[in-house]
Amino acid sequence: MMRGTRPKNIRRWTSAVMTTATAVCALVAVTVLVIILGYIAWQGISSINLQFLIDTPKPVGEGGGIGNAILGTLILLGLGSVMGLPLGIAGGIYLSEFGDNWFGRTVRFVTDTLTGVPSIVIGIFVYTLIVLRMKQFSTIAGGVALALIMIPIVMRTTEEMIRLVPTSLREGALALGAPQWRVTMGVVLPAASSGIATGCMLAIARVSGETAPLLFTAFGSRFFNWHLDEPMASLTVQIYNYAISPYDEWHAQAWAATLVLMTLILAINITVRFFTRKRF
Amino acid sequence: MIAPQLERPSPASEYGARARRAPWRSLLFSATGSKGDTIFRAILFGVALLVLLLVASMVAAMASNSMLSIREFGFSFLLGRNWNPIKDDFGALPFIYGTVVSSLIALLIAVPLSLGIAIFLVEQAPARISRPVAFLVEMLAAIPSVVYGLWGIFVLAPFMREYIEPPLARVFGWLPLFQGTITGIGLFTGGVILAIMITPIISAVVRDVLAAVPVSQREAALALGATRWETTRVVLANAASGIAGAIILGLGRAIGETMAVTMVIGNRPQISASLFEPSYTIASVIANEFTEATGDLYLSALVEIGLILFLVTFIVNAVAKLLVWSVTRGTSGTARAA
Repeated sequence: MMRGTRPKNIRRWTSAVMTTATAVCALVAVTVLVIILGYIAWQGISSINLQFLIDTPKPVGEGGGIGNAILGTLILLGLGSVMGLPLGIAGGIYLSEFGDNWFGRTVRFVTDTLTGVPSIVIGIFVYTLIVLRMKQFSTIAGGVALALIMIPIVMRTTEEMIRLVPTSLREGALALGAPQWRVTMGVVLPAASSGIATGCMLAIARVSGETAPLLFTAFGSRFFNWHLDEPMASLTVQIYNYAISPYDEWHAQAWAATLVLMTLILAINITVRFFTRKRF
Repeated sequence: MIAPQLERPSPASEYGARARRAPWRSLLFSATGSKGDTIFRAILFGVALLVLLLVASMVAAMASNSMLSIREFGFSFLLGRNWNPIKDDFGALPFIYGTVVSSLIALLIAVPLSLGIAIFLVEQAPARISRPVAFLVEMLAAIPSVVYGLWGIFVLAPFMREYIEPPLARVFGWLPLFQGTITGIGLFTGGVILAIMITPIISAVVRDVLAAVPVSQREAALALGATRWETTRVVLANAASGIAGAIILGLGRAIGETMAVTMVIGNRPQISASLFEPSYTIASVIANEFTEATGDLYLSALVEIGLILFLVTFIVNAVAKLLVWSVTRGTSGTARAA
């Protein structure tokens, strides 16, 4: 092929060098992940204890904990899920079952684009929509913000999952005389349910780490709160406030809160991965 | 999350020729004509429509709430260099500058890194290595922004201050880019943390794009005697527009990234040639000042900045999606993070 051996060698060397370089790139990314997670575990474990997990925040020097923030995050996630998941799933069903036209394509495109819009913009929107009207920060506003972030994510995963259901299943049900809505709700949806559940879990994991949209919707609170029309604490906002504070004690608490948050997020991600190794 | 696939035939289109005709193609009425179906379809249609309404109402709500500032400053808002809440004088240029420069730094680092990762995972590593590595890289995308910020403040910023920025200043100190006080908090650190955050996003999309290139392309190159790397280059050339889309998608994320950048960039509205100096981004100023904004004009100016951010990221993302689709369209690539 080549006349001499040298050009061939150069080509081989280039190939070997570049192959190694790409492996190094992957190694760098994995190393960064290990460093970050390792540092969180190391810093977090040293200041976490049961009291910390159930206490409310206290002034510097008096300890305090993140009990209300954990509760707040769970309430906000619950609210967001109640509003966001049904709408996301319904939208996903539309896209997969009826979305084969210009309208469906437009919605699909806008939905995809919406997932890339910064979450802080959602925060501003919900602020103008709800907080300005209610004249105060509230749990419900935070829940709506999270729901709006979840909807496009859930829509697209649901659509993908429903599309995996074989057409023959639909045809079988239709041939038995079932109306379209029964076919979709009774046959297609159950068949895709585990995939849809996976998508929902991932959406919850994603928004559980959101901070920016909560800053001026749920705002934050130093107390246990059960009222939807009052400000609500959350792990992420608590971490942010403690991280930018000048106190070492609060920094330690920020790491501990981060450990709790990361445990939640990684648990969801790894569980989902474990159960859907085939699909993803 | 899911990679976009536009052209895969919807199951609905396969019900039969009769279903393809006008009634089925119309948006609201079902083929069977039963009442239940019509209601079912109308509900789902309403939900889908909600997404479009959401975007429209976001623009409307933000536009109406920023009207005060738009009237007051007009186009000069984008070019004003002052941000002075006390004098009610607002210009967004320092934030635009900070956002653009930090995003460019992020791309400079993240693009080669992500390309390397994607090539390694798709073209080179055997499945038993590429699967777990791909999972770990995706885990980088699962870490919340605020956690990156916390890590950035206490680990990355000191590291940059001690080990990265001093050598850079020594070697490239003759460039204005690398002059100034080294604090570890500033544009450069902001760019680096952004790079870490967008790497998993870019590499996931590039992975999908590379996987969409037909195997025959690789076989042809190999059959012609190409080395592994030369084959990869053929694949890259085929996937070029999709890769461009992935990069633009990463740019969109970098522009809108809020918490992590806010925590390490220093938050000072200034335009300085030095990358070591503190800066401020569009998203950061909103995060920091929105709840403290006293006065209607101040709040209005912040909402206008938010509106700009929304429009820019929306357009950037739309362009990116179109580019990625141009490559992955028609392939049944597996669903992945996007």
